[in-house]
Amino acid sequence: MEVNRRDFLKIAGAGIGTLVLPSLDVKAAAIPGNLENAHAMLYDATMCVGCRACQVACKKRAGLPYVMDENQMYEMPTDLNGDTWTLIKLYQDTETYSYVKKQCMHCVVPACTSVCPVAALEKTPEGPVVYHSYKCIGCRYCMTACPFEVPKYEWDEINPIIQKCDFCADLQAAGQQPACSAACPTGALISGTRAEMLEIAHQRLADHPDQYFDHVYGEHEVGGTSMLYIAGVSYEKLGYPTLKDQPIPDITWPYMKAVPFVFFGMAGAMSAIYYWSHRNNEEKEG
Amino acid sequence: MATGVNNIRLRKYPVGAGMIIVWIAGAIGLSVAAYRWIVGLRITNMSDNRPWGIWISFDMMSGIGLAAGAFSIAAIVYIFNIKKLYPIVRPTILTGFISYILAALTLLADLGLPQNIWHLIIYWNVHSPLFEIGWCVMVYTTVLLLEFSPVVLEALGWKAPLKLIQSITIPLVILGISLSTMHQSTLGTMLLAMPYRIHPFWYSPLMPVYFFLTAIAAGMAMTVFESYHSARTYQQKFEIGIASRITSWIPYVLGLYLIIKVVDVIVSGTYIYLIQDPWPTFMFLIEIMGGALIPALMFADKRVRSNPSGLVWASFLLMGGLILNRFNSTLVFMNGDFYFPSAAEIAVSIGLTCLGIIMFDAAIRFLPMYPNPREKQASKSLENAA
Repeated sequence: MEVNRRDFLKIAGAGIGTLVLPSLDVKAAAIPGNLENAHAMLYDATMCVGCRACQVACKKRAGLPYVMDENQMYEMPTDLNGDTWTLIKLYQDTETYSYVKKQCMHCVVPACTSVCPVAALEKTPEGPVVYHSYKCIGCRYCMTACPFEVPKYEWDEINPIIQKCDFCADLQAAGQQPACSAACPTGALISGTRAEMLEIAHQRLADHPDQYFDHVYGEHEVGGTSMLYIAGVSYEKLGYPTLKDQPIPDITWPYMKAVPFVFFGMAGAMSAIYYWSHRNNEEKEG
Repeated sequence: MATGVNNIRLRKYPVGAGMIIVWIAGAIGLSVAAYRWIVGLRITNMSDNRPWGIWISFDMMSGIGLAAGAFSIAAIVYIFNIKKLYPIVRPTILTGFISYILAALTLLADLGLPQNIWHLIIYWNVHSPLFEIGWCVMVYTTVLLLEFSPVVLEALGWKAPLKLIQSITIPLVILGISLSTMHQSTLGTMLLAMPYRIHPFWYSPLMPVYFFLTAIAAGMAMTVFESYHSARTYQQKFEIGIASRITSWIPYVLGLYLIIKVVDVIVSGTYIYLIQDPWPTFMFLIEIMGGALIPALMFADKRVRSNPSGLVWASFLLMGGLILNRFNSTLVFMNGDFYFPSAAEIAVSIGLTCLGIIMFDAAIRFLPMYPNPREKQASKSLENAA
């Protein structure tokens, strides 16, 4: 039996879990800079022909099973799911059409890594947001907090884990391209540093303003993402929400920072009230 | 005087038909929960676009909110030194303790990998609201156990540990208040990570404040509701004077909540949705009017507070308001696919609630929850010794 990557990760997770137990990982979720020199990808929807080579390459690399119907016929998923890390979709109306690639956006300041109570999700300085299944408790907070609704769950498993694109962190660490961009035959999906990708994207918008919707999606959304998009139609139509520039962890962090002050402040106030109320009482009684 | 387990005696309160139904529903719920550990979460209706269901909205969010009575009453009695409310402390602490046990049990059903729940202790992420909630709940459950332990120690007749616990009552109560303030508000902070998913009527930077205030108010209402029903069930006198006193503070808490909420809706401009989105508007108005404004006005009225059924109905409305608020903000008006809980989810939620009632009933039957007239003097002298 072939042990595919996903099974390997599960086995390894269980093994590592028992090894790492005594170590206390107090490292806070990293809040890096704008990751100019970190890995990034650019998807140009106008160059995509919808061949799905990226989708196939991803399944192979990640060892994800194909979704079959009851007659063992392959069925195209309609959204990312526990077996699908990336997916090509087609938007079509009477005037225009556009392909669009769905996958983890690898935010510069990700919500998922910030909300995970056990730090099972980690933003690596190299760019990828990776998932350590051996830490996961299965609370699914990452799924609700992700503004792109990327993390998916293995709802049918007894011991389910989160599934999402890991940006081929291992391949990139070995100096290779992610499997999907390596497989792209038209150059619609290219990889490089974030600075390079942004430069190419803006160059294309400047060279062909008639072909593109004037916006690089992911440059500033929720603090920027490592997965960047340019397209000929609006991103709303392609299923990408309009988001503010503020990273989601920046919303919650001020509150979390205040927690020790709330704790000691409340304890101090209560102690003061205790002494005040009991002194008064004694005076009354005495 | 002999000490130990032999000291514990069973108080023979009658077992009503309702209690038998509770036992059956509890057994069904726990069986379904056990079945969930065998087959996984597939028996729920949760999905990728609806990762949280009623176990989070009802058992966790609402359950913990309603358990806030334990810390509010402890603060009133021990810190603000209003001794008149002392008779209600024990049942209230017990209710809180049971609620937190139930929340932990809910997590064991809801988490995908419940066997990993202890990872909270070794893998830290101080950025995560849920990390803080997890820790607070763990520590606060321990605090509640210690706050409740005098009842058990008294029943066992173990004087030395009883004295030890009673000597640290005040620090324990203060620790409990601080921990509760933290995690009740952080339950709101938790939802701040979802600005694009929660309807603007509920999403607000002040959510931590709202969660804290509504928990205090509804927690007190829960205390009154619980003491009314246990007084009826266990043939005790319903202490209307105490209930009236507790609820007289609720209008201030709710009033503060309502004022901030209204100002928030006006200043942030979310009032525009009052016209645009009829369905959220309907639910929002029901929640604010029926679940906060009306109970506040009822509790402010002395005639209502001197009438047991008035008190119970106002408490019922306020508790319903908190539950509706938690459902609206974590489920109904959080973006996602259509969701209605599966039979298994409903059975577990009802079953765990029934388990809470069973635990409370067992405590009343086996432990000195209500001082009986002859023992009253003895327990009073113990209190004074502390």
